Amino acid sequence: MAEFLQQVVSGLAVGAIYASLALALVLIYRATDVLNFAQGEMATFTTYVAWTLMNHGLSYWPAFALTLAIAFAGGVGVERVLIRPVERRPEVVIVIVTIGLLIALNGLTGWIWGADVKAFDSPFPNDTFEVGGVTISTQDVGTFGVCLATVLLLWAFFRFTTLGLAMRAVANNQNASRLVGVRVGWMLALGWGLAAVLGAVAGMMAAPTVFLDPSMMLVILIYAFAAAVLGGIDSPVGAVVGGLALGVIINLLGAYVDFVGSELRLPTALAVLLLVLLIRPSGLFGHVVVRRV
Amino acid sequence: MPLLELENVEARYGAIKALHGVSLTVGEGEVVALLGANGAGKTTTLRAVSGTVRKSGQVVFAGRSVARRSPQALARLGVAHVPEGRGLFTELSVWENLRMGAYIRGERKTLRAEAPRIFGYFPWMSERRDQQAGTLSGGEQQMLALARALVARPRLLMLDEPSLGLAPIVVEEIFRIVGELNTKDGLTVLVVEQNAEIALESAARAYVLEVGRVATAGTSDELRGNEAIRQSYLGY
Repeated sequence: MAEFLQQVVSGLAVGAIYASLALALVLIYRATDVLNFAQGEMATFTTYVAWTLMNHGLSYWPAFALTLAIAFAGGVGVERVLIRPVERRPEVVIVIVTIGLLIALNGLTGWIWGADVKAFDSPFPNDTFEVGGVTISTQDVGTFGVCLATVLLLWAFFRFTTLGLAMRAVANNQNASRLVGVRVGWMLALGWGLAAVLGAVAGMMAAPTVFLDPSMMLVILIYAFAAAVLGGIDSPVGAVVGGLALGVIINLLGAYVDFVGSELRLPTALAVLLLVLLIRPSGLFGHVVVRRV
Repeated sequence: MPLLELENVEARYGAIKALHGVSLTVGEGEVVALLGANGAGKTTTLRAVSGTVRKSGQVVFAGRSVARRSPQALARLGVAHVPEGRGLFTELSVWENLRMGAYIRGERKTLRAEAPRIFGYFPWMSERRDQQAGTLSGGEQQMLALARALVARPRLLMLDEPSLGLAPIVVEEIFRIVGELNTKDGLTVLVVEQNAEIALESAARAYVLEVGRVATAGTSDELRGNEAIRQSYLGY
């Protein structure tokens, strides 16, 4: 039982990282109806930025905060420069732009920082503590806590601020938003900025365990896709629950089902994705259109 | 000087020309109806005013040339456009829709000041402020769209077919409220309607559009009194 709970706890920590990235995907999907394939590479790039900042003598949390600010500006910039010109094109055009961005950022990261694997510091001590016979690593608790805090802050922003309300309005009905005086373009850019911030958090939380390399988020992005689909691609709550659930499921399967081990984890995630799409395409919390005319 | 003046406005959707030079005026404090068959250009005329369609020609609002202004700028100048299909935020609550109506004026302060007036006109809204707008009935949705437009205290209210798909009793209620807003608060209204009968009851003047042009215009009494116009344009 203790071991089982241990697996659940460490699954939640990994799941929180998937949840953050999945939420980033959902944010952009809700506003633009497009999956941002570059979300993972954007996260990787910003994690390298954090690494550089720390290499230049900044301690962890200032570097963390500065990285989030840079990620935000970068996300806004990407939307204004790359997405805006194709905004009114068919969705597939925008998707291809994000795939192009994925490849470009991956190349750029390798070109600037090299392809060799780098170690990335963790802000949390590498020790464990015990709660009722369950050994919990401080690392896991910290990762979970940071991701959860980010998600909660974002939730509060959308729930309680005028700007957050305006962003939800834009995601719901762009034409009506224009008529009530919202600058729709900037709200979309802001969405990209916030998504990039979420990605940066995910990247910095993942890097201590997966290590820094230009493709470090590739697998995590696939887990995040699976999590977002599991939760319902247009549901922010779903993305978070889906991410946590996927983290736990994968961890438990890896630990208890022999043939899954560590090699078959990714195919398992893809199997989850496929099953959800077959059985319940709208996901656990997906949107069922409620509308009377 | 009229509050709104359109001069020779042309508009197109891609290759299709929807307006072939529309000219009209709406005076401060007036209720003016825009009538005509489907595809006559009524909706496009409203869009030309609110800046949501590409156009040429002159649009003057409150003494300013606004033909090139963005929809956001026009909203700030005091043009409230309740579009075809109501344009509600269906996933947001009643209250959140009202907040968005007050967005350009600083929503918290404005809504606190305006809510009593709005709930005076629509008492049911105050008890159902947390209901998701998409789950309201058609009539309630139309009323919420109207309320959202009023929160910002616009100088010009433009309504696009408020009667569409609604029961006669609801339509009457909506036009009664519009009439009250006009007489009590002096609100200027430009209303597009297929239902000429009810529109002419509340409007003082009307323009009848036909394939993107003003076919005829006059006071409501003139239009109603002219048998030929009634039969060929108003259909009743």
